[in-house]
Amino acid sequence: MKQLRSYDESIHTEGRILTGIAAILILLVPVAISIYYDSWPSFGKLITPLLSVLAVYAPVALIEVATYAPMMGAGGSYIGFITGNISSLKLPCALATLEANKVDVSSDEGEVLSLLSISVSAIVTTLVVALGVLLLATTNIGEVLKNPVLGPAFDNLLAALFGALGVVYVSKNFKIALPPLILMILLFIVAPDLSVGVLIPIGAVFAVACARVMYKKGMLTKTVEKTEEAPVSEDPQE
Amino acid sequence: MHALLANADFQNDPFLYVIAGIVVAFVLFMAFWFLIKAIREGKRLGLSTKKLKDAALSAAVFTIAPSIAVLLTVVTLAGSLGIPLPWVRLSVIGAITYEVPAAQAVADAMGGTLSSAASTPEGFTAIAWVMTLGIMLSVILIILFNKKIQGGMKILKSRDPKWMSILMSALFLGLISAFLSSALSGETTDRTQPNVTIPATTGSILVSVLTLITSAVVMAICGLLMKKFKWKWLENYAIPISMLFSMGMAIVYNMVLPAALFVAA
Repeated sequence: MKQLRSYDESIHTEGRILTGIAAILILLVPVAISIYYDSWPSFGKLITPLLSVLAVYAPVALIEVATYAPMMGAGGSYIGFITGNISSLKLPCALATLEANKVDVSSDEGEVLSLLSISVSAIVTTLVVALGVLLLATTNIGEVLKNPVLGPAFDNLLAALFGALGVVYVSKNFKIALPPLILMILLFIVAPDLSVGVLIPIGAVFAVACARVMYKKGMLTKTVEKTEEAPVSEDPQE
Repeated sequence: MHALLANADFQNDPFLYVIAGIVVAFVLFMAFWFLIKAIREGKRLGLSTKKLKDAALSAAVFTIAPSIAVLLTVVTLAGSLGIPLPWVRLSVIGAITYEVPAAQAVADAMGGTLSSAASTPEGFTAIAWVMTLGIMLSVILIILFNKKIQGGMKILKSRDPKWMSILMSALFLGLISAFLSSALSGETTDRTQPNVTIPATTGSILVSVLTLITSAVVMAICGLLMKKFKWKWLENYAIPISMLFSMGMAIVYNMVLPAALFVAA
């Protein structure tokens, strides 16, 4: 137990320090650009677009932290939030890993596996994009990537991702899945222009509320419980 | 320098590559730091090397296709903003759905298109500032509150572990439902211009629906194979396989469906 507490403590200490340094470096990018081009936009020039962006993304930030941090675990949250692309990449990646290993993020093994998968995901994305940038700057690959034939594949990446994830999660938690699915279908018919940033909190809150009601009524007794510490792998081949 | 990958020469100045490179290098360092930490703690908890390796490999495979999607966004933004700024912006915080509106907000305030706004150092700098400042809140919140949030989750788990498990499932299912709905919207991106989405047509919605169903079917087949033949190795790769196959099929569906379905209403 003492060991676990110190791991937990160190995750938060190191997470805060490293995230803080990264945040400062990210802030220094526009500072460096301003110094280099000797161009400092006036506050008046920035405030209008900044407020319009914050009006949408400040609530999104609050919702994302409240919703995603519990699902990614302690360490996973720090590296996940600093690298971004959470809901479309890091979070599904972590959850797929947890699912494959039959552990819950709230277990010790789950916390570690979540952190491992999110870190690997961050490394791969960073390297793929960096390599791509190198090729973009030195070759004609930009033309190849812009080929309209490839368009449908990447336009439908989320459909592909969530189709697969949906099968896994919906089949295992059908009762919990049904209310938000029905709500989303109705919203899709009634208000198809709602952005995903609005749909996520609606879906999450509604799903949790319905799950709570079902839980209190004893309708969820067969839900797979992964809250016990997952048995450590006893693979005799190791 | 390729003419299509910049709006003005200054956007691809080597200095900008250096700044971007420094930030990206630090983020990479941070990811490796946590990876090593996770491996060490995993071994201490008794997780086998095989299990850790498998988890790492499947996370890597899972990430490749979405990473190329991120790179594609760099390509489309590069037409207006050059390469270095989109590179650093898409490697840190935020996501595709944020970076474009943030840049566009500055262009709107300046009364022009994104390309015209970014074509001068003044406009380019303003865009860099807004893109950066607008997204910092989530990182600040994580630094301040992550420990409390995780602590709260632990307390919740100790009080009512069953509800804790259900809560996590409900949160993610709410998320999946929202994304399923949005993924089926049928909107596509004009790859030559970052701020133009092509409105949905019957055809594009059909392609999305078919892609989703294909992915679900392949995933279900993988599940059956895993059960019947006990192919444990498939567990880690089923999702990437389903994704990549169905993304490939999206190209096929797009070609095969009648062109008339893709005309805007």
